Amino acid sequence: MADYKWPAMSTRKALGQRVSRIDGIEKSSGRAKYTSDYKRPGMLFAVPFTCPHAHARIAKIDTSAAEKMPGFKGVYLYEKPGSVVSWAHWDIGYIAAETEAQARDAALAVKVEYEVLPHVVHERDLAKAGDRVKPSGEKIEGDVDAAFKQAAAVSEGLYEIPTLNHCCLEPHGCVVQFDGTKAEFNPSTQAVTAIQGDLARQLEIPAANVHVHQDHIGGGFGSKFQSDRWGIAAAQLSKMNGGRPVKVYLERNLEQFIAGCRPSAYAKIKIAGAKDGSITAWESASWASGGLTGGGSPPIPYVYTKIPNLRQTHQAVSLNTAPIRAWRAPNHQQASYLTCAAIDDLADKLGLDPLDVFIKNAGITARPETYVRQLRKAAEKAEWKKLWHKRGDSGSSHIKRGLGIGVCTWGGAGHASTARINIHADGSVEVELGSQDLGTGTRTVIAQVAAETLGLPVNAIKVKIGDTNFPSSGTSGGSTTVGGVSSSTRKGTVDALGKLFEEVAESLGAPADQLEARDGKIQVKGNPAKSLTWKAACQKLGVKTITVTGQNEPRAAAREGLNTGGVGGAQIADVSVDVETGIVKINKLVIIQDVGLVVNPKLAESQTLGAGIMSICGALMEERIMDGVTGRPLNAEMEFYKLAGIKDIGNIVCEIEVDEANDSRGVIGIGEPVAVGGIAAIANAVTNAIGKRVPSVPLTPDRVLNTLEGRA
Amino acid sequence: MSQTKDPKRESNPTPSRGFSRRGFIHGVGVTGAVAPGLLQDAASAQTPAAVMGPGAVPITLTINGKAVKLNVEPRLTLLDALRNNLDLTGAKRVCDRGTCGACTILLDGKVAYACSLLAIDVQGRKITTIEGFALEGGKPHPVVQAFVDHDAQQCGYCTPGFVVAAKGFLDANPKPTLEQVNDGLGGNLCRCGTYVGVRAAVLDAASKMKGGSRG
Repeated sequence: MADYKWPAMSTRKALGQRVSRIDGIEKSSGRAKYTSDYKRPGMLFAVPFTCPHAHARIAKIDTSAAEKMPGFKGVYLYEKPGSVVSWAHWDIGYIAAETEAQARDAALAVKVEYEVLPHVVHERDLAKAGDRVKPSGEKIEGDVDAAFKQAAAVSEGLYEIPTLNHCCLEPHGCVVQFDGTKAEFNPSTQAVTAIQGDLARQLEIPAANVHVHQDHIGGGFGSKFQSDRWGIAAAQLSKMNGGRPVKVYLERNLEQFIAGCRPSAYAKIKIAGAKDGSITAWESASWASGGLTGGGSPPIPYVYTKIPNLRQTHQAVSLNTAPIRAWRAPNHQQASYLTCAAIDDLADKLGLDPLDVFIKNAGITARPETYVRQLRKAAEKAEWKKLWHKRGDSGSSHIKRGLGIGVCTWGGAGHASTARINIHADGSVEVELGSQDLGTGTRTVIAQVAAETLGLPVNAIKVKIGDTNFPSSGTSGGSTTVGGVSSSTRKGTVDALGKLFEEVAESLGAPADQLEARDGKIQVKGNPAKSLTWKAACQKLGVKTITVTGQNEPRAAAREGLNTGGVGGAQIADVSVDVETGIVKINKLVIIQDVGLVVNPKLAESQTLGAGIMSICGALMEERIMDGVTGRPLNAEMEFYKLAGIKDIGNIVCEIEVDEANDSRGVIGIGEPVAVGGIAAIANAVTNAIGKRVPSVPLTPDRVLNTLEGRA
Repeated sequence: MSQTKDPKRESNPTPSRGFSRRGFIHGVGVTGAVAPGLLQDAASAQTPAAVMGPGAVPITLTINGKAVKLNVEPRLTLLDALRNNLDLTGAKRVCDRGTCGACTILLDGKVAYACSLLAIDVQGRKITTIEGFALEGGKPHPVVQAFVDHDAQQCGYCTPGFVVAAKGFLDANPKPTLEQVNDGLGGNLCRCGTYVGVRAAVLDAASKMKGGSRG
């Protein structure tokens, strides 16, 4: 069997290099075509009409006026009289028209009558949620009551982290052409391969009759895996119009209303410790909502899982709000915040430095050495020894400075992936996968792996992704892409190169297994004098093309050593809080992360810095605010749904750990873990600055001031 | 601004209930505290403008140095005209109400949001989209190249808007400090979080352009 192992660190030419993304110019110049940029001959536009009520029974749907509107080309209804809708902006149906404005006009002309039913949209106060609250798990270990009695200190607190929206800049949607038999589907998706079967099932046609193509996606973060109701409706409207292409993209408010959100999490946590800082007991009563079906169960205690005495209950709250979708490290931000805030509060009760407590308890994590190392590194970069103080900045200024810690963990092993490698007689090389590049640099890492194996420059590799004519590759979720595509590409290119060696062995006068590819040449191992240029070697193929596939199978991956999963990660925030205005400013956010073999440090750092910024958004700004009276979200538009701008982020410092020990684990995904710990770190830093715990994130000025004034 | 296109609405400026910005301005009168843009609106609102539409009207726009004839409804934004009518899709529709900057273009050389301009209102103005300069002469503009070199992009959906905003900013501020970059690019939002790269890219582009943008 061929040797697929990654080459030794010291010999690598393309792997581990800071290669600029190969589609960078295309994107920066505005030439990159996202599917939302598509304009097809004869294209119609589809627009949804939605229910304004959070809970209602439909009495009547009248589309007659809409059908007489200029440009009207069809209506596709999801609901009928008697249907019950369970959240605001539930899509009742879709209208197609010649232009987008005409479609909007016609959608506005649809008259729907409702019998309004009672709704619940808030889960913070469980008493008000009534029978919407359902038990959803409990766990007891050890003797919790005894441990609390014997503890040197016990801390009790309520911690809250809200629902927030994915807010992908490219909204959900697609361009689709469906003639009743075959579909041409151009969605904005994280799942080029899998969405083919999803659409086929829903249109009741064979998967082979669906062709999917997408070159770029403008953000997904876990919310873009399915064809979605808008995609199916657009396909049906296309069919009604003899297969004319139909374009549907949600407008911003609908994107925020119904196309993705992260579950909330609330917890009353009681935590105990010994004098030396060891955590001895944990008791939590947590609850969360992910919309109508409840959902959302943060894995607490997080990272510090092996607390000897535990008692936990969790409740799920069913709300009349749009359903959750996976959110970059599902439930981990919530769990990290709840746990790290409680540990930070315990450290204060014990009169200890929280850094010491986080380090002291590394023994009850799954990766003691990793966390100790990473916490120490983060502390050094954050100047913890110099800047940390006991709770409450004692300086006389109204600007209070503080430091805080958050930790993370994630899996991130590679998904199932097949790569097809073509080596042509003219020397050109193609790597083809039904994968997608979420902006992580998937194309670039594939090119680097192929270049490394074949001894070629990165720009000699033509990477082709985003199409179901290419072999199937997993969905981009859970940080599984880089491990999957790098491993399948590695195996495919090793095998393809083996075939090329066989073709040229005779002319080089050496057996195929004595050849190597280096610096654009095929040569006899250790004897560069006996060589052929890559081009000359490929010419020997004559009329043939070498076509080989390589596969990453998750079950075999660990044995092969190309990719694995399981990482730690530590973050420290340094903030300043103006106690007169309640405004929190980030001075510095330090992120230390291990991710095994780092294919491209430049791209890994981009994701890490971006995740830090996303954490700042989550810690200080982002929250979906529901109106209890109407049951609708109040802040869907982006002027009210705040994201950090370039001025809001302070200085972000990251270290992706690159060393032999980490490298030997193979490739591990980075997208999720780096997006986890920042919220906890910032919340703890604010507490350290002002001397009091603000129980709810985001730490908006009003919440900070309320805490300072003792208002709940 | 669109208010002048609907003189009828002016006949009842104060809603029967509640409170509006326009009602407020009427109530307090025009004072020095009101922004100059609002003053103009209030003044022009008193003279009904020539009514256009609601059907499509012929217009001519000057885009990237070329005159382009279009037939558009008066309500069509410049952004939708660029994207839907002209297939110039570098400018993206994200918030569609002047918050995120993904649709940034240059209007007479100054940064503007295409989602907040009506196509009919920008006749006779010089409109520059990213397509007009990014790869002029087959070579990446220094700002484009700097965004690649410093990886100031991830999913890339906000990136063209940032590149146009950066070019407009550097044309006006050829030798910016980091603080000025943070102020100058504050009108664009990125969900992937590429601001660290953007800062480095804009400063680098400034040094490479040696105080003179082209295009």
